[in-house]
Amino acid sequence: MNPEIERPQVGLFVTCLVDFFRPNIGFAAIKLLEMANCDVEVPKAQTCCGQPAFNSGNRPDTQEIAKQVIATFSQYDYVVAPSGSCAGMLSKHYPELFRDDSQWSEKAVDFAGKVHELISFLVDVRGLNNVGGSYKGTVTYHDSCSGLRELGIKEQPRQLLRSLHGLELRELEECESCCGFGGTFSIKYPEISNAIVTRKTNDIGATNADLLLAGDLGCLLNMAGKLSRDGKRTKVRHIAEVLAGMTDTPPIGQKN
Amino acid sequence: MEPKSQFFLDRSSQALNNRELQDTFRKVGGGFAKKRGEARAALPEFDQLRDEARDIKDHVLENLDLYLEEFEKNVLNSGGHVHWAKTDQDACAIIAELCEKVDARTITKGKSMITEEIGLNDYLENAGFEVVETDLGDYLIQIRGEGPSHIIAPAIHLNRKQIEQDFRTRHQSFPADRVLDEPAQLVAEARQVLRNKFLESDVGITGANFLVAETGSTVIVTNEGNGDLTQCLPRVHIVVASIEKIVPTLEDTSTILRVLARSATGQEFSSYTTFSTGPKKAGDPDGPENFHVVLLDNGRTEMLGTEFQEMLRCIRCGACMNHCPVYQAVGGHSYGWVYPGPMGAVLAPSLLGIDRAGHLPNASTFCGRCEDVCPMRIPLPKMMRHWREREFQSGQTSAIQKAGLKIWAYFAKRPRLYHFASRQASRLFATVAGRKSYIRSIPFDSGWTAHRDLPTPQGRTFQELWEADKERQEKS
Amino acid sequence: MKSDLARNEILDSVRKSLRVSNKDQQRKRVVLDHLRYHKRNLIPQRSIVDGVNLVELLTHYLKGQQANIIRIKNKEELPAAISEFLKLNNLPSRIRCGNDPHWDAIPWDQKPSLERIIGPANADDRVSLSLAFGAAAETGTLFLLSGPENPTSNNFLPETHIVMLQSSDISGPYEDVWTRLRKTPQYPAMPRTVNLISGPSRTADIEQTIALGAHGPRQLCVIIVEE
Repeated sequence: MNPEIERPQVGLFVTCLVDFFRPNIGFAAIKLLEMANCDVEVPKAQTCCGQPAFNSGNRPDTQEIAKQVIATFSQYDYVVAPSGSCAGMLSKHYPELFRDDSQWSEKAVDFAGKVHELISFLVDVRGLNNVGGSYKGTVTYHDSCSGLRELGIKEQPRQLLRSLHGLELRELEECESCCGFGGTFSIKYPEISNAIVTRKTNDIGATNADLLLAGDLGCLLNMAGKLSRDGKRTKVRHIAEVLAGMTDTPPIGQKN
Repeated sequence: MEPKSQFFLDRSSQALNNRELQDTFRKVGGGFAKKRGEARAALPEFDQLRDEARDIKDHVLENLDLYLEEFEKNVLNSGGHVHWAKTDQDACAIIAELCEKVDARTITKGKSMITEEIGLNDYLENAGFEVVETDLGDYLIQIRGEGPSHIIAPAIHLNRKQIEQDFRTRHQSFPADRVLDEPAQLVAEARQVLRNKFLESDVGITGANFLVAETGSTVIVTNEGNGDLTQCLPRVHIVVASIEKIVPTLEDTSTILRVLARSATGQEFSSYTTFSTGPKKAGDPDGPENFHVVLLDNGRTEMLGTEFQEMLRCIRCGACMNHCPVYQAVGGHSYGWVYPGPMGAVLAPSLLGIDRAGHLPNASTFCGRCEDVCPMRIPLPKMMRHWREREFQSGQTSAIQKAGLKIWAYFAKRPRLYHFASRQASRLFATVAGRKSYIRSIPFDSGWTAHRDLPTPQGRTFQELWEADKERQEKS
Repeated sequence: MKSDLARNEILDSVRKSLRVSNKDQQRKRVVLDHLRYHKRNLIPQRSIVDGVNLVELLTHYLKGQQANIIRIKNKEELPAAISEFLKLNNLPSRIRCGNDPHWDAIPWDQKPSLERIIGPANADDRVSLSLAFGAAAETGTLFLLSGPENPTSNNFLPETHIVMLQSSDISGPYEDVWTRLRKTPQYPAMPRTVNLISGPSRTADIEQTIALGAHGPRQLCVIIVEE
């Protein structure tokens, strides 16, 4: 696959969770983007995609945040986020947010056209099918809901994982089932969220994999937190960290 | 059925802590989802048919008044009667009057969600009629005094032991030492018990999966044959249906039938799909003398022309709840009314009001599986979000939640302030956690840390580290 | 609110919500045309087969739903086929059926032990016989029409239901059967009941375990006449 632009300007949408909880993912994303021949910038004026407001029914605040995001990132060829749910918000929901706004509708649609989730950007746009390198161990992969259903991310992460020498991928029985995070859902309906994530961690335990990967930090924090509370052995990382060979940082929720 | 949706939190908590119920749910597992997947794989045109089904219903809804008039005309032409009911009470009153007119004593019922919605059984029983549910699942819950927990498998929350217990208690005329270990034996007993009721019934009441405008026919889709015995043996057949059940032609009905059973149970087609048109014809040796269709509004016209219009495409297959992680965890009774799962989360607030049913559209992770499998392509998560928007606009969101989000939004709109606060918070968290990689409990939080640990942040934000990196590079 | 008042209220309410007028002739024309021409939508490829393949397709799906299939060369073989089936299943040699004129051409006297009772079934009848109007091989779906020829209660009351079907009456998709019905002079209008039957009665309401014979027939036997 021939990438359209030789050396594109990519604005990295870090995401609020990566920024706050796990910068390592942001650095891994940059490394991968540079591997794919991109010039990466990280605009300072970014905070959040607005999902918390959007999913709580607060359209006015969401629109204000969205305008900010669109203005900050409009100069880039591509906008890439290491998160299916954030990329989904920016590319699928921003246009809908401004559908009735004559001034912002076109801007939102133009902007949405540039937005990609990290893994799908590498494979589908940059034509990367091999990251080189190796990972010795058994890995299982959770398909985060937004990435899967809004953006069609399914084969791409598996393709890149298979290109790592020594990695054994074990599929979850219910890899496409929700992990129970759902943003504020996990706090508003904690018992139900717990029931759902328990089902997921039992599934993870059944694979006996060394490592759990996914493309969304929200899901990962949720599953890691449950695995830890239940004393299960599987460690947790964002897929970007493994693909970029940046596994010096301890896994999510582990100290050295 | 008195709605109890406002008690969703308590009810779901009870369900989650009910060991026997959770065991039953575990056995049900992903069975329906698996079967639906297999049925879809066996029919290459399945997704295209879903698009066509959607388009058919959209066309009907845009012309609902005209199609209703045509349907009515054709029912009358075939010798049937049409009654119109604005509310649930109106419908119940009409039906009771029809039963009184023929001095009915026993009324048999085919499976019908709409009759649950209007509380018909209670109304008729209070009016002195004997009402017998003949669908096995409906019968099982009727004898327990419970409501349905699934729109096509109403007794899915029961296990074989519970059913055996109920039968032994209820069916006193059978020998006490009989064996009831197998489902087949229980089914055979139910068949015997209900056979007499079919034969003595004066009035048979069914719902309708479809109302065919072209011919004035009503359609029921079943597997047991109870709906057919209900509507063919008694003197009077009453069909109760809400107005959005209209489908234009037999061809259109065939298209939607192709996606219905496959989405519901994974069958290619149900055992019995029956088209009923008018009362018996002159010379027919069996069939009802009188045929009545009761058309019900009960809030549908208010959904038309709004952002909830698409919900009226629903054909009550149950696929959404079969694939919903929330429904699978808490079961249908948690939703507190007739319609559970994702379709209930959208429909119940329309019919009951968002103040009573508010929890339902909020208790969703928006995983999107429901929309993924809906044969009528209904954008369920989007409509749940619309309910959250309505709540927010009318100030019904909880004060604490609203305040929290307001504060967060204040920061999110101001990047420099946000980054400053993030840096402080990240450090604070990491300091509080000390050497521990997890935070096990947070004061005032009974949400996250009640069941999970919270991974400690790395201690510095990405923006902070990135800036530091850039400065280092510039200096060197 | 009385039904007539409710009727006007509901229809007005629909029009108000849709922001349309009762006077719009264009809309009316669209609806009437749609009903008049009853255009077909997508027909799955699998049901576009003919001849012997139709019989095989129908048989495949009916067997998949635990129906019995018997194939006979001509209708003269019917009494023997029925007798054989009843004997095999330990059923009495007594069947309930309607007064379909097609039965007149059957040589029933070849099997004098086979008792035929004409009329709609009652609670004691254990076996019934119907003639199918047609079938859609697409999903193994029989089409049975109500009337004195084939009373509807015969399809549901007895435990065993035998259906005779001419192979030439088997269509591919459901739409072909509807088209045929519309063109059949004997049925200027829809009969009271059209039963689409794709297998015996079943339920999975008890622990998702399939049990046959929930209320309708436990056994469905389809006798396909090739000629």
